Amino acid sequence: MTAYIAKRLLGLLPTLVLVGFLVFMLVHLLPGDPARLAAGQDATPETVELVRKDLGLDKPLPQQFLRFVNGVLHWDFGRSISTKRPVATEIGDRFMPTFWLTVWSMLWSVLFGMTIGIMSAVWRNRWPDRVGMTLAVSGISFPAFALGMVLMQIFAVDLNWLPTVGNDTWRHYILPSITLGAAVAAIMARFTRSSFVDILGEDFIRTARAKGLDERRVVIKHALRNALIPVVTMMGLQFGFLLGGSIVVEKVFNWPGLGRLLVDAVDMRDYPVIQALVLLFSLEFILINLIVDVLYGLINPTIRYR
Amino acid sequence: MATLPAAVQGVVSGERVRTPWSEFWRKFKRQKIALVAGVFVVLLVVVAIAAPWIVPYDAENYFDYDKLNAPPSLAHWFGVDALGRDIMSRILMGARISLAAGFLSVAIGAVVGTLLGLVAGYREGWWDRVIMRICDVLFAFPGILLAIAIVAILGGGMTNVIAAVAIFSVPTFARLVRGNTLALKHLTYIEAARSLGANARTIIFRHIFPGTISAVVVYFSLRIGTSIITAASLSFLGMGAQPPTPEWGAMLDAARSDMLTAPHEAIFPALAIFLTVLAFNLLGDGLRDALDPRIERR
Repeated sequence: MTAYIAKRLLGLLPTLVLVGFLVFMLVHLLPGDPARLAAGQDATPETVELVRKDLGLDKPLPQQFLRFVNGVLHWDFGRSISTKRPVATEIGDRFMPTFWLTVWSMLWSVLFGMTIGIMSAVWRNRWPDRVGMTLAVSGISFPAFALGMVLMQIFAVDLNWLPTVGNDTWRHYILPSITLGAAVAAIMARFTRSSFVDILGEDFIRTARAKGLDERRVVIKHALRNALIPVVTMMGLQFGFLLGGSIVVEKVFNWPGLGRLLVDAVDMRDYPVIQALVLLFSLEFILINLIVDVLYGLINPTIRYR
Repeated sequence: MATLPAAVQGVVSGERVRTPWSEFWRKFKRQKIALVAGVFVVLLVVVAIAAPWIVPYDAENYFDYDKLNAPPSLAHWFGVDALGRDIMSRILMGARISLAAGFLSVAIGAVVGTLLGLVAGYREGWWDRVIMRICDVLFAFPGILLAIAIVAILGGGMTNVIAAVAIFSVPTFARLVRGNTLALKHLTYIEAARSLGANARTIIFRHIFPGTISAVVVYFSLRIGTSIITAASLSFLGMGAQPPTPEWGAMLDAARSDMLTAPHEAIFPALAIFLTVLAFNLLGDGLRDALDPRIERR
């Protein structure tokens, strides 16, 4: 098991280096001079040269890349152009709100989506299936920002049940998590259903039924465990979707998280912040997929770690 | 007689021969919902093409200052926005932008991805490793993050959004086609073609590519929905279409400040995106069920 994880981590190295290189190149692909960008529009040529030296932009590219990697390893992403604060501090302040938002969204959407998926598969082509799958296809077709605006209008403004913006109490989390998780719940429901339908047609399910087990036991004990295997993989992929979706949802609910920070940074052309965030989001995604792969092995005993 | 292929048997017994196309149509027309969705998509395309001639008002340059934020009426079916523009005209013109963005980006992604997938699957070895590694890297950027990064480099605007969404569709198609190619290339008919002296290009395009088409078509349709949402999301974030362009996501963003007094400004663009994406998704589901040989009247 440990050997397997180590092997997977090693296998990730080339991807990590390439991702890091792309993110590093982000600033160099920009039209214009990165030193002038960092110094500001009305800096004198002397200041620009100073900044160039200070940021190491006068060194050859490979050396700059090593310096960038070294910085990242020491949690140093430079300073934000707009606030002049270290990028690491900016991100530190914004990390937890986004983290909890994603976690709550994932939890409810997986539970809700899988329940709908299982019910649809068990009562296939009957009304629970029709209702569930109509909900699901609507869920993947309704954009998150529109859903967020609708929910906010109904539950925060018209009914006044929940707060509109901010993240002070648990009640603030309800609407943004529903908005962010809706599409994932829909995808999970569709995927769980098809995975379950496949499993329910297998011989071992027929055997379980033939030996007189009641249907609930067949579904929960025999089908669920096997149907979960592809569903867990899907969950990992959906996490990336959540990370991306949080960018949009945070704008709707004015959430003080990383997504909002990224949108503002793109607006302000604050490249050190963009660089750090793109890197952070992809690292998180890669890491989660690794965890999912390991989980996959835990619930599927037919997979041997080599 | 029993050993003859089905098509030959049909000819011998006087039955109508089933071409792949008629077989597809036979299965597809059973799916009433997908059929309705398909008709809706065709209508949308017609409306999008005809939009400049059928809009009641100029979408960008007509301003009715007496009716700012006015709700739907006979003169303005979908109401008027905060600047006095007719929302229906803007929605109709917006259909052009969203459909073009969705279709173009997926088309570019599908062509590039399919080519890469065919090469990777057929050649294997180094080609495969390099291409799949690039796909892994593209996959390492979650959701619309890659698009945002590309827009951050290239700048905002619809053209760059299309480029960004296209790049992020490439790996999906590449993986899909590679998988199919790997499965197909060991079949006997490919071996037969090779032993007759067909070169790699002929084998890939004449013999393997047709076998991957049905999967690509299904993904294409489902992917258009995702791409329309992604493009609209980028515009909503202020990185896509710039004002006064009547893009649906940008219209929703503009409507946010008037949600209390003029909810119709948000409702119509939201409905437009929802119905369009829903139609493409339902059509894609129908195509999948009709083209997947494993699904027969389940």
